[in-house]
Amino acid sequence: MCLAVPAEIKSIDGTTAKVDFGGVMRPVNISLVDAKIGDYVIVHAGYAIEILDKEEAEKTLQLFRDILAQEDAGA
Amino acid sequence: MFRYRDREVSKKIMGELEKMGLDITLMHVCGTHQDTLMRFGLDGEFRKAGIDIRQGPGCPVCVTPPEEIEQALELARKGVTIAAFGDLMRVPGREQSLDDVKAEGGDIRIVFGIDDAVEMARDSENEVVFVGLGFETTAPTTATALLADPPDNFSVLNFHRVVPPALRAIASLGEIKLHGMIQPGHVSTIIGTEPYEFLSKEHGIPQVVAGFEPLDLMMGVYMLAKQIGEGRAVVQNEYSRVVKRGGNPVALKAMEDAFATSDVRWRGFPVIPRSGLAVRSTLGKHDAAKKFEDILAPVRDAEYKEPEGCRCGEMLRGLLTSEECPLFGRQCTPSTPVGPCMVSREGSCYISHRYIRGGRRLDEH
Ligand code: SF4
Repeated sequence: MCLAVPAEIKSIDGTTAKVDFGGVMRPVNISLVDAKIGDYVIVHAGYAIEILDKEEAEKTLQLFRDILAQEDAGA
Repeated sequence: MFRYRDREVSKKIMGELEKMGLDITLMHVCGTHQDTLMRFGLDGEFRKAGIDIRQGPGCPVCVTPPEEIEQALELARKGVTIAAFGDLMRVPGREQSLDDVKAEGGDIRIVFGIDDAVEMARDSENEVVFVGLGFETTAPTTATALLADPPDNFSVLNFHRVVPPALRAIASLGEIKLHGMIQPGHVSTIIGTEPYEFLSKEHGIPQVVAGFEPLDLMMGVYMLAKQIGEGRAVVQNEYSRVVKRGGNPVALKAMEDAFATSDVRWRGFPVIPRSGLAVRSTLGKHDAAKKFEDILAPVRDAEYKEPEGCRCGEMLRGLLTSEECPLFGRQCTPSTPVGPCMVSREGSCYISHRYIRGGRRLDEH
């Protein structure tokens, strides 16, 4: 199943990175992403498939709040 | 990520949805979306707001037809080492499952990913076959491993499938009137949002790519409700913190280099054109379909029946919910599964059974 929670990259050795899954360290293959230490990655079947964009994450949350504020104002 | 579970915001969204007076049917195609829906009791809340959400063909193990399962079983019976995801172990083929063949002495091992299987082949004299299963989230991992020059005794039984052609099939079959679709966050991570656009343009279906936290799903549904209200049909991206319009180009290139599309059958569906991925002939020595053609051909071409009474096929086309299957929770449970929808952790029957028992929701399990 999709692991929805991103994992933080702690160290990198070639195409293998050690990531922290909420306290459990696991090796993941990072061939598919251009990742660096400190990035949060989405992991599937032992591979990181994308890096979480922290700025976008904040923007999305702000967007939720804005939309709802608009509804309040319009109601 | 915790903030994507903010109660106050969720309550507000639900309140807005209720005010809209909706009566709509939506579909998603992802086991993790189904898990979020059921785990947090969102399905019931949405229903109260007039929103019925169905899981379509979004469970890779479930849509894998018996003739494919049977191929893995047959190789194991013939002495080949099989490496497979744990989810596949108990899915019934014609009579047996991988678990059954293992109990009879078959060398079948559970792996977390293809790299484990490649390692296994390096340490082994035997032929090792990895069962390549899953949509665009796992297909690039198989592609990458195949392109990285694995050992000669390693090959892949490639049952990967791609999602957009199945969406086209659902829309063209026209059995279910869909007011909108929630597209899978992590498949979209790979393919981007562009491959869904035809559904909005040609079939007028509003779509939102959504993440997997409760707020992601709620916001996704809210965005769909807005589109429906405004009479629009476009692809919106709620999960922009991970999904880019063009997807992951490295992963797409690996898939393009390793695979060619093929016409394959999905459980519950007829053959869906260009929905399967076949290993390219340049990598033919790692293609189990070619390597073991003699063993596989008779199994592949035989006729198979679905398990008696199982409604998995209809479930995968979004026509039914698990609780509507007469066997659900009676003859069919996770410890006595009749069909694959009760075996896979991404199957709607398994997920429903996990969180609901006797009409009661189990939040802690
Ligand atoms: S409950 Fe069991 S028998 Fe019914 S559709 Fe689901 S898997 Fe098949």
